[in-house]
Amino acid sequence: MLIALMADIHANREAFESCLADARARRAQQWMFLGDHVNYGADPEWVVETIMDYVSGGAIALLGNHDAAIAERRTSMDRPAETAIEWTRVQIGAAQRAFLAGLPLTIERDDTLFVHADASAPRKWNYVADQYDAARSLKATHFRMTVCGHVHKPATYNVSETGSLTAFRPITGAPVPLLRQRRWLAVLGSVGQPRDGNPAASYALLDTERNQITYYRVPYDIDAAAAKIREAGLPEILAERLRWGH
Amino acid sequence: MSVAATAQASNVIDGFVIGELIHHRGMSVIRKVTRPDIAMPMLIKVPNLREGEDPAAIVSFEMEQIILPRLTGVHVPKFVAAGDFPAHPYVVMENIAGQSLLSLLDQLPLPYSEVAAIGVKVATALHDLHCQHVVHLDVKPSNIVIRRNGEAALIDFGLAHHDQLPDLMQEQFRVPYGTAPYMAPEQVLGMRSDPRSDLFALGVLLYFFSTDRRPFGDPHGKRQLHKRLWRDPIPPRKLRPDYPPWLQEIVLRCLEVDPARRHPTAAQLAFDLSHPDQVKLTARSDRLRQDPWSTVIRRRFNPEEVPSVLKHAIDLKHAIEAQISAAPIVAVAIDLAEGSQELADALRTTVMRMGEIVPGARFACINVLKQHRIELDRTLDDEGQNKHLKRLLELKHWAQPLDKEENRITFHVLEAIDPAAAILEYARANHVDHIVLGARTDSALRNILGSVSGEVVAKAPCTVTVVRPPRACDAPAQAEKS
Repeated sequence: MLIALMADIHANREAFESCLADARARRAQQWMFLGDHVNYGADPEWVVETIMDYVSGGAIALLGNHDAAIAERRTSMDRPAETAIEWTRVQIGAAQRAFLAGLPLTIERDDTLFVHADASAPRKWNYVADQYDAARSLKATHFRMTVCGHVHKPATYNVSETGSLTAFRPITGAPVPLLRQRRWLAVLGSVGQPRDGNPAASYALLDTERNQITYYRVPYDIDAAAAKIREAGLPEILAERLRWGH
Repeated sequence: MSVAATAQASNVIDGFVIGELIHHRGMSVIRKVTRPDIAMPMLIKVPNLREGEDPAAIVSFEMEQIILPRLTGVHVPKFVAAGDFPAHPYVVMENIAGQSLLSLLDQLPLPYSEVAAIGVKVATALHDLHCQHVVHLDVKPSNIVIRRNGEAALIDFGLAHHDQLPDLMQEQFRVPYGTAPYMAPEQVLGMRSDPRSDLFALGVLLYFFSTDRRPFGDPHGKRQLHKRLWRDPIPPRKLRPDYPPWLQEIVLRCLEVDPARRHPTAAQLAFDLSHPDQVKLTARSDRLRQDPWSTVIRRRFNPEEVPSVLKHAIDLKHAIEAQISAAPIVAVAIDLAEGSQELADALRTTVMRMGEIVPGARFACINVLKQHRIELDRTLDDEGQNKHLKRLLELKHWAQPLDKEENRITFHVLEAIDPAAAILEYARANHVDHIVLGARTDSALRNILGSVSGEVVAKAPCTVTVVRPPRACDAPAQAEKS
């Protein structure tokens, strides 16, 4: 089965639409949205509605820290994120809010765990940004494979039977073989707000039959997404960073 | 232990009938296999998982298991199947019919021309491999097979690096893996992603095959292995007084400590080996002694002497493609016929610009000396001059303003009946990345003779740039008036 993995959409409709179209063209059969569907971007309503449609058709969506923050009174986010979350709370309706509140933190499928951030403490929203974070996340579970997002920078980690860990920055379009004798952690890039210096939207396809994961980058109308952020009166930095991808 | 590792002759794994043992030492066990539905001779390779064996055996097997299926072409064994690790760790691949270079060791030293011919084949195979994102990192006679059709094939990818895949060897073992006599200095220091490491190893092989002596011996232990960072090898001419300077130039360039001083790509090395007369000779070519001790000591103890690429662990990952594309071979086909002065100038301007944009580019200027189909060609023209030589001088004259430094520009006069076919054949044989040629402006002539550039564009194995002389500014206005 070919599973499309999308994380950190962050209410960026243009990026999300482009990734959905790209994954459809590559014949994705299943859809996983790994959290942080909202905040930062100007289209939270459309993005959540679209995810709800996919979920009603069998897709799976997880909870991210920004999704959780919609229902929380106080958050520990920085200023632009805080401003944007206040704006987002007003934009989305009750049904969408209820949908976000009801999302699970983790989902298990066969030998794979899907989670938004560090699997060792899903609700703490720790980043998996380096080998040490990856080791902590991998050690905490028995799954052969973990998929997460949250960092906005694509990476893969694997650990051998003897416990040594290899980090690897995946190359766009080049499948990473998920050798069965190792345990793997795939960190997805961000659909709606990439931070690895490449402004193109990032998502991945997991091929469970061929046992490989391929990361893709999809160009989208950045100017349109940024213009909407400005029109909505959201902090300028949120529009500007889309252009640079960091 | 797995079934495959303990496999005996006539066992069957996933339909493969296990046959005769070929090799059982070091990291793997190799046996012949057959399967009724596959006619090709095949080998099965399983990791040596016995207790107390090197843990690198497993990792190196994993690397081969992920790299081999991604490789194609005649310069590698065909991948057939891989077994899943926990149950059956194995890889089945083509058993290449041909001659291993190992079998030549008792005939060393080989004649120079034979060494160069082997070098061209191996460099060609390496270029193909590098273009597929892989650095072999264990180039040595036992890992090279000359197929019956004459092409070299590289085997054993257990130590290889693929720049689009996780490098399990790099992360697992901080000590360098490789074969001591052949390892490049940067590999000794643990760097695994520079394709020029393979050119160093090939240089060792060429030195060994032409002198019957390994340039750095067969070192043991870290200290001896590090010696190649500061001690240069004995120049081959010291060992064999008749050693051709062009070959010494090539071999010693391969053995440069700093990868940046070696040939930039395997294709460029193959080019030099196949055009001995075009090799630009430097001080390397007539060296008869090793560097004096004062130099060696300075190199050893003065950190300023260490090439920068070796001092800093530069992130060279994903750089193979970038390195190859930064050093293309550009063939410039020049028509020196009368009346095409403007075109020749325009061509030169284009080449000059390319040289500025891609400083690593190397330009092969070619001119086709057209032969007649029926009458026997005379090598002398009416005035008794050698036509071939005359063309060569004209080519050099054309290129004179380009003023390219060491080895960046070479000249070739091809004799052929069909110029387009000759240019295309040249491009294929020399791994040309880019052809630049002029378009004939005289449309009447083009109608009669056909367009050389048109045919080259249609059939070239690479990028083609067709150059036209600049259009006179007032030409369209005049045309309108008439």
